[in-house]
Amino acid sequence: MNALRKTLARHTGRLRDPRCYQVVALGTLLTFGAFELGIGASASNVAAIFITALGTQWLLTRWLGTGRFDPLSPLITSLSLSLLFRTDTPALAVAAAGLAIGSKFLLRIRGKHVFNPATFGIVALFIASDHAWISTGQWGSATLGGLALISLGMLVLTRARRAETTFAFLATYALIVAGRAMWLGDPVSIPLHQLRNGALLVFAFFMISDPRTTPDSAACRLLFGAIVAAVTASLQFALFQPGAPVIALAACAPLTPLLDALFRDRRYEWANASASPFLTFRKENPHAIHRPHGLGLSHARHCPDRPRLLRLLRREGRYEPVQPCIPGRAGAQR
Amino acid sequence: MRNGDRTVITMANDFEGDARDFAVVVPVPTFIEREQIHVAEKALIDHLDAYTSPRLVEYFDPDPCMRLEYRTRQDAAKSLAIEETTVGARDEATGVTVEASYSVGEYDIQILSGEDSRGLIRWLNANGYRIPAGAQAIVGSYLRQDMRFFVAKVNVEAQARSGRNTLRPLQVAYESHKFMLPIRLGTLNADRAQELYVYTLTQNGRVETTNYRTVKLPSNTEVPEFVEAEFGEFYRALFTEQHEAQDRRAVFLEYAWDMGWCDPCAADPLSNEELRELGVFWVEPGSPNERIAVPQRAPNVFVTRLHLRYDAERFPEDLVLQETGDRQNFQGRYVIRHPFAGKTGCDDSSYRASVQQRKEREAQQLAALTGWDIEAIRAKIPLLAGTAPEEASWWRKLWN
Repeated sequence: MNALRKTLARHTGRLRDPRCYQVVALGTLLTFGAFELGIGASASNVAAIFITALGTQWLLTRWLGTGRFDPLSPLITSLSLSLLFRTDTPALAVAAAGLAIGSKFLLRIRGKHVFNPATFGIVALFIASDHAWISTGQWGSATLGGLALISLGMLVLTRARRAETTFAFLATYALIVAGRAMWLGDPVSIPLHQLRNGALLVFAFFMISDPRTTPDSAACRLLFGAIVAAVTASLQFALFQPGAPVIALAACAPLTPLLDALFRDRRYEWANASASPFLTFRKENPHAIHRPHGLGLSHARHCPDRPRLLRLLRREGRYEPVQPCIPGRAGAQR
Repeated sequence: MRNGDRTVITMANDFEGDARDFAVVVPVPTFIEREQIHVAEKALIDHLDAYTSPRLVEYFDPDPCMRLEYRTRQDAAKSLAIEETTVGARDEATGVTVEASYSVGEYDIQILSGEDSRGLIRWLNANGYRIPAGAQAIVGSYLRQDMRFFVAKVNVEAQARSGRNTLRPLQVAYESHKFMLPIRLGTLNADRAQELYVYTLTQNGRVETTNYRTVKLPSNTEVPEFVEAEFGEFYRALFTEQHEAQDRRAVFLEYAWDMGWCDPCAADPLSNEELRELGVFWVEPGSPNERIAVPQRAPNVFVTRLHLRYDAERFPEDLVLQETGDRQNFQGRYVIRHPFAGKTGCDDSSYRASVQQRKEREAQQLAALTGWDIEAIRAKIPLLAGTAPEEASWWRKLWN
């Protein structure tokens, strides 16, 4: 009976992981996009991306000894890449997926990866090759589709509790686009058309919202979203750069560690997060658990399904009834 | 033509009527000088159009009683007329500097610089251009985006002297980050949707729009034999039906191909001279035969043909384009399969049954593609000699 309860608790805990919803939402989008809109995601590229991303994640997890293999993160990266990254060469799709996952493990500052993996993969290949591009027009601008997308995105965001970046980005971008239209004397249909761009919404709800690569403090996330929007608008309207939002996000990514260093706050961890080498590095220091801001220690350490951690706590004599994994916020109390 | 920031735009119009009434106002993303404007031959665009047109191919069924290799024959495609829109113009004057004013062929061209849209509109009106209502806001928007204008009118005397009665395409070459086509002025002076074909010549790959969906036109479908006689109508009905199906919001890809070859060819690939005339500066002058004979000298020119029908409501913004790395070939290709017409020397009932089924399938595909009435299509499909007309089921008569 007890075992059953534990298993159930573990599974409901997993379902609370916002990434489960993100995988479902992105999977739905990819299916709809590929079959209904013809977004140009070829089956061979999608397969290459998934295999490479999952394989790289598995290899690097083993190689760097960073804990359990976590399939959710590479799945999300694969879906994002399949949604936005286009190439006519499967080898480049492999490279994008490998670089994306590789960047997550290797480009880290204070235990937090600098770039959203999919963004890094897309931009690296976009810059390096003539055979990689971003098809921003293929999502169209139909209102209904946009609304469906937003509601899907909202679901993910409410689970992840990191909506600030998205809202700051969209609000700032909308202000810039509307302001520009007013200055140019354009009819309102033009900024509306620009805001309804499907790719922009995919980006806003599923890429920039990544809680692992946005600043830890809420105020900083607002600032970060606004800066990305401003950079996007400049790239788009002054430099006429296709794929502006993704490039802007990659360009602004180094701001996150900077803002984190200036304004410390609780580190975000996914409910079942385990990929951080920082965790293994710090595991010998039990006192760190009680530091208010965690310094990269995840609340995942409180999870009952992590026996190593429990032993650690027991040795300290601090073991209390373990509260269930609370997703979304490190060490948050309910 | 687009390569890096270098752009050459060739504009062909399907203007019909008195040449005296023809005028264009062309927004260009940068300042331009006199040498940047040129007049090309209409034949160039006709050739490009013929080369990239959707095509009909025919296959002849072999004698069902003989075990032979499939023998195929391909017919030249039916070419389609180019239509493109222009901005018409008429009325009063002030405050605009004419940077250059000169005649090229049958055109009188003036390059204008003005900081103020009202002044520019007044100047255009005073100089006999018919400017539609609403143009001022758009011109103002373009001026603030640092775009400049040139205007062209037909010099009737020069045209009469040249003996031509068609208007040749105008070309403008410039260098700008902006890879776009201004379509907003085109939506003003027409009460119905405008038709635009965009042919791009690039080095890297296919061109697509970044602010509208680019959709491939349905292709490689088998259609009934009678389509051969009315291919033009078929294609127009097909386009209209697909345009409606995409909520009138999509740009259609009709052709994407490496210029070095084609299969089947509706027309010969363009010669290097023709390509250079259209602005492809990276090919060397040389004969096309030489090019085909020596494959390493292939010109590396990728041609994309986009087709859109637009109005201000569904296409509020100018077209923003991007060159992708996609070199996958695509063409609008429709297949006719003729049943074996000769005498057969065996029991061919199964072949006849399969042909009958195929005809029905083709009729349904044609109805789905074009929105034509299925019964009207069936009525045009001849029965095979010796086969009884299939009695349509009562439910089919009821609903189809």
